Amino acid sequence: MADDVTTSVAASPATSHPQPATAGRASAARPAVPARGGRRAASSRVRKRLEIAFFVTPALAIFALFVIWPILTAVQLSVYRWKGFGPLVDFVGLRNYVSVLTNEVFTDSLVHNLVIVVMSIVVQLPLGLAIALLLNRKMWGQGLLRTIIFVPYVLAEVIAGVVWFQLLQPQYGVLDTIMAAVGLQGPAQGWLGDPDVALWTVIVVLTWKYLGLAVILFLAGLQGVAEELYEAAQLDGASWWQVQRRITIPLLGPTLRTWAFLSMIGSLQLFDMVWILTGGGPANATTTMATFLINEGTRRQNFGIAGAASVILFVVALVMALAYQHFILRRDTRPDDGGRRAARPRKEATR
Amino acid sequence: MTAVVTAPPSTPPAPGAEPRRRRGGAYSGGNPLVYCIALVVAALTLGPVVYGVLGGFRTNAQLAQAPAGLPDPWVLTNYTGVLTNPSFWQYTWNSVAIAVITTAVVVVFGVMAAYPLARYEFKGREGLFMVFVVGLLFPAAVAIVPLFILITQNLQLGNTWLGVALPQAAFALPMTVVILRPFLMALPKELEEAAMLDGASRIGFFWRILVPLSGPGMVTVGVLAFVGSWNAYLLPLLLLQSDMKTLPLGVADFSSEHSADTAGVFAFTTLAMIPALVFFLAMQKRIVNGLQGAVKG
Repeated sequence: MADDVTTSVAASPATSHPQPATAGRASAARPAVPARGGRRAASSRVRKRLEIAFFVTPALAIFALFVIWPILTAVQLSVYRWKGFGPLVDFVGLRNYVSVLTNEVFTDSLVHNLVIVVMSIVVQLPLGLAIALLLNRKMWGQGLLRTIIFVPYVLAEVIAGVVWFQLLQPQYGVLDTIMAAVGLQGPAQGWLGDPDVALWTVIVVLTWKYLGLAVILFLAGLQGVAEELYEAAQLDGASWWQVQRRITIPLLGPTLRTWAFLSMIGSLQLFDMVWILTGGGPANATTTMATFLINEGTRRQNFGIAGAASVILFVVALVMALAYQHFILRRDTRPDDGGRRAARPRKEATR
Repeated sequence: MTAVVTAPPSTPPAPGAEPRRRRGGAYSGGNPLVYCIALVVAALTLGPVVYGVLGGFRTNAQLAQAPAGLPDPWVLTNYTGVLTNPSFWQYTWNSVAIAVITTAVVVVFGVMAAYPLARYEFKGREGLFMVFVVGLLFPAAVAIVPLFILITQNLQLGNTWLGVALPQAAFALPMTVVILRPFLMALPKELEEAAMLDGASRIGFFWRILVPLSGPGMVTVGVLAFVGSWNAYLLPLLLLQSDMKTLPLGVADFSSEHSADTAGVFAFTTLAMIPALVFFLAMQKRIVNGLQGAVKG
């Protein structure tokens, strides 16, 4: 996403200098370019305004109604004690926030989310990159293989979750059976029943579900690396590994960074898979912020608590996104060593 | 000239790959190790899915006796049971209807909004765009409780197709706008100038030239919206009950209500996923293009 902003900003000549993290907004002050065919009378400007309004209003209306308004309402609910009926009268200030942040279930959820964010990237990045590099060659059945790799990603999380739930059952689950056949034994309460193991099991299933996306995106990024670079490197006597390390991976930089961003946001919002696999259990060992707030909001009718949890979830996502964007922008505007070089060719191309 | 390039003699082949001819791709393969890895990856990826499909052809007794075995004999009763289950068809129909409405709203509103953001110069344009970009950060979960209240109480759209489709479309709009804007920006300026010289208004340009030309972009965002809606769980979970449920809800319910009937669960799950899987894999290029668009801008 961050790349989007930079690209579109960089593409317009008026604002090609490096932008701070809040870039997009700044260019609102861009000098108005005279309309094609010369500046006309004021009526033409009014007409233009009306046209813009005509095009943007429907999207903005449903966005405001179904996204912005509910979020603002969540903020409002977060300072009341409210059980879902009657007027909002029981103003409690920040007490909901205090009670959420001192609730061990929630802080554990936050930690689970962060573990999932980190593990998703740490596991899927090298694994996805390795598979993508290996598959980025003419080989028999390549198209079929790419399709196969894409399968878990297009499955609904719920459906993947239901299938895995069966595979992971203790005793009659297929995983335990296979392990027993080679003399190993899974946890006694099952992979999803043991509080020490459950979160890691969920992470394994998530890896299965989303590794394919990483591979496909990386492969698509690899297609963008110009053939001539490989040829030149080969003529210079570079080995396969050198070519990957010095050319391919750096040029893949923007793809990798934005994939990691998408992965991070997805991990922070995780709900479906956990809800199906464990429902947050056992003993709250796999709760996420999303399962916490759904639980509070819809099962216990603690709308104020759920509101506060929503706001905290959003703030966490926003802070991490801004930090990440800042990180990306720094890399994209100051290309000097190592992986930073990655940004340069792309930047030049957009100018 | 490049057609005769062969492996540079001085290059020691790296383990796992030899640099040789690489027309059309990168280094070409043919290396047994690569095929082995590819096979392992394919097996791990497809294993659970295939197991589910095969499990549907077995009886619960077979499953209990040899969880890792093959169907013996193959039984069709699980699948016929699901196919003759009216709820299954009702859920499918609901999923289709909601996905179609979501997709239509997303594509029409999305391309309309992306047009001025891409091709008009006006104050606040980037600010407006940022509204949508920031929207990408809002998980539906953040707004879910007020959304539930809004839809069920204020709008009286609880347990209806529209009540799910409209918010889904709203949450899919940011991604759509973010993908479509650079797409529309990339169309050459000359087109617009030529249309203006021919006396077309900007709205005329939009309908007659831009919409037809942006077909591929709209298909891409449409497919993404369709996939998102088809697979959605959280919003339908809160908003839909009884015979308004969608397939993911149906699968989740079936699996918890018939937890003893593992074979039946596998059959239900398989039938719920196969048609969508075929469609989505056929649309794979579009999905990847869309995601790439989001990645690259």
